[in-house]
Amino acid sequence: MREITLSQAVNEALAEEMRRDETVFIIGEDVAEAGTPFKVLSGLVEEFGTERVVDTPISEPGFMGLAVGAAMTGTRPVVDLMFGDFIYLIMDQLCNQAAKTHYMSGGKMSAPLVLRTNMGATRRSAAQHSQSLHALVAHIPGLKVAMPSSAYEAKGLMKTAIRDNNPVVIFEDKLMYNDKAPVPEEEFLIPFGEANIKRSGADITLIGTSSMVQVCEAAAEILAREGIDAEVIDPRTIVPLDEETLIASAKKTSRVIVVDEGHQNYGITGEIAGRINEKAFYHLDAPVLRLGAMDVPVPFSPALEDITVPTPESVAENARKLMSGEMIHAA
Amino acid sequence: MRFIVHEDTMAKTKTNTEDYLRMYRQMVRIRSFEDNANQLYLSAKMPGLTHMYSGEEAVAVGICEALKVTDKITSTHRGHGHCVAKGANFKEMFCELLGKEEGYCRGKGGSMHIADQSNGNLGANAIVGGSMGIATGSAFTAKMLGKDDVTVCFFGDGATAQGLMYEVMNMAALWNLPVIYACENNGYSEYTKTEEIAAGSITARAEAFGIEAHQVDGQDVLAVNELTQKLVARARKGEGPFFMELMTYRYHGHHVGDINREYYRSKEEEKEWKENRDPIIKFRGWLVEQGIASEDEIESINAEIKKDAEDAVTYAEAAPYPDETEVDMHVFTDIKHALA
Repeated sequence: MREITLSQAVNEALAEEMRRDETVFIIGEDVAEAGTPFKVLSGLVEEFGTERVVDTPISEPGFMGLAVGAAMTGTRPVVDLMFGDFIYLIMDQLCNQAAKTHYMSGGKMSAPLVLRTNMGATRRSAAQHSQSLHALVAHIPGLKVAMPSSAYEAKGLMKTAIRDNNPVVIFEDKLMYNDKAPVPEEEFLIPFGEANIKRSGADITLIGTSSMVQVCEAAAEILAREGIDAEVIDPRTIVPLDEETLIASAKKTSRVIVVDEGHQNYGITGEIAGRINEKAFYHLDAPVLRLGAMDVPVPFSPALEDITVPTPESVAENARKLMSGEMIHAA
Repeated sequence: MRFIVHEDTMAKTKTNTEDYLRMYRQMVRIRSFEDNANQLYLSAKMPGLTHMYSGEEAVAVGICEALKVTDKITSTHRGHGHCVAKGANFKEMFCELLGKEEGYCRGKGGSMHIADQSNGNLGANAIVGGSMGIATGSAFTAKMLGKDDVTVCFFGDGATAQGLMYEVMNMAALWNLPVIYACENNGYSEYTKTEEIAAGSITARAEAFGIEAHQVDGQDVLAVNELTQKLVARARKGEGPFFMELMTYRYHGHHVGDINREYYRSKEEEKEWKENRDPIIKFRGWLVEQGIASEDEIESINAEIKKDAEDAVTYAEAAPYPDETEVDMHVFTDIKHALA
C-alpha cells in the first residue's frame, strides 16, 4: 500500500469531501494561498477557489461563530484553528453555541461543523502554542472529539467528521504532519466510537491517544524484549468512546495504563481510568494508572519541555511497576 | 449616520391597510404576550425568570414585517418580541416558557433560548452578543449557496461592548454579506445607563468598517419598517451589510425580578416613555386619524388578542411536561439540517 504523510491524508480527505458535497467549505486564518503554516491545505484553494477556502482576519471567535451560523443554515464548515491553544478564544462559540444548538432547540436545529485544530508539545513553541486541550472540549455534551494517531486515521476520521451531523473537533498532533503511514488509495471512512487494537497482548493494556499511540507501541516493544506482553489500544475518538473494547481488554489483561498528552489532572487519562475502575474493578490486579502530561505550563527550554510528556521509557517503566505489583503513589 | 424621521412615511396615503393592521396586531400581540408572561412570573407559575420586550414592539414588528419567512433572524435574551414578530404562535411560546413538551424547543430552551426554525428564527441567545457570529454565518450561507435570504441580527446596546461584534462586522463588510445588524438601543445595559458603557457613537462603530449605518426612532413602526424594507431590498442585491440603531425603551427592568430600579432610572422617565412615546398608542392614533381603523375596530382587535393570549396561557398551564426519558435526547443528532 502507498504511504502518505498525515498532512497529505488530511488534505486528501478535505478535497474528496469538498468534491462530494458542495456545501463543505474551509474557513480560517491563512488557509487559502498560504495553505496554513503547516502547509496542510496546500493546493485546495486552487481547486475550490477562495469562496470555499476562505481566508479570515485573525478573529477566532468571529469565524467560529460565523461557522456555527453557517452550519445551522445549510452548509458544512470545516473551521481551521491554527493552534489548539487558541481554543480558549472560541470557547463561547464552540461550547455555548455549537454544542448546545441541537439540544436547546429540542432537536429542531443542528450545527454540523468540523473544528480542525492541533495539539502536541516538544516543538519548542512554549506555553501558548504547545498545549493539548482536547479534555476541555470532551467535557462538553454535544461535541464529538477525534484524535487521529496516524495518516490513516487522520483521513478516515476527517471524512467521517465532515459527514457527521454534529459539531466535531479533531485534534491533529502537529509533530506528526510529516509522519508517513499506509493509506489506501480507494475511499474509506473510520466510524466514530470504534477503538483500534493496534497490538494484541495478554499481560497489560496500554491505552494511548494521538501520538501517544506510537509511544505506547514503542513501550510495548521495549516490554516485549523483557517478556511482558502488552496490548496497545487506540480509542481514535474520545467522544464517543469505545468503552466496550477498553473494558474487555482491561478484563483480559487485568492491568491498564492510560497515556495521553493532555495535562494529567482532571484529564482524559482520569476519565478512562475511572470508567475502567467502575466496570472492570473485580478483574484488575493493579490500580489503573494515569500517564498524562505534567501539570505545568509547557516550558520553552528543550531540557524542560521533553520531560513534561510521556515517553516510551516512562510508559515501560510504569508498566514494569504494575507488573511487579509495586504500589504506585502520586508524587 | 442618517437619522430617519417618520413624517415622510406618515404623509403617505394609506396604500396598504392590511399591512398596517397586521403591524398593529403584531405589536399588540407582543404586548399581550409579555403582560401574560410577567403575570406568570409574578404568580410564581413560571420557572426561572424572563426579560420583557414591552415598549420595544415597533422595533421587532417594523423589521420582521419587512422580511420573508425564509429570511433569518437571531434574537436575544429579550427575545419574545422577535419570536412573535417573525411569526410564532402563542401556544408553543407559552408552552416553552413553562418548560412544556409542546414548546418550540420541547421545553429544553425556555425563554432565553426560544427558537422557531419554521419561521427562520434561529433562536434567542442568553450570551449578550452571542448570536452575532451565528447571524453573520447565516448570511454567509445565503451568499455561498446563492440564496437571496437576508439575516437580521437583533442585539442590544449592551452587546456593542462585546468584541465579537467587531470581528463579524469586519468580515461581513469584507465579504458583502446580506446581514443587517439591528441594535436595539433601549438606553440601558442591564442595570447601567448606555452612556456609561458606550463611548462615542454607536453607529460610528459600524461606519468604521464602511458599513452604512442608520439611526431610527424605534417607537415608530412605520419608520422602522420603511427603512428596513429599503435595506433588505439592497441586501438581497448584495449591497449589504447594514447597521441600524433603533432608539427605544424597555418598560420593565432588566428582567421581571428587577422591580426596584430607581437607583438607575427614574419613574418620571419611565412615565414619559410609556405615556408619550408608546409605539402602540402612537400607531393606534395614526390608524384612527388616517381612517384605516375605527376605535371600535381597534378595541375589538385588542380584545381578540387578549383572549388568544389568555387561552394560550391556560392551554400551556395544562399541557404536559416532557417525559423524563427526554433528558438525554437531542444531545447529538442524525438530522442533516433542520433549516436546510
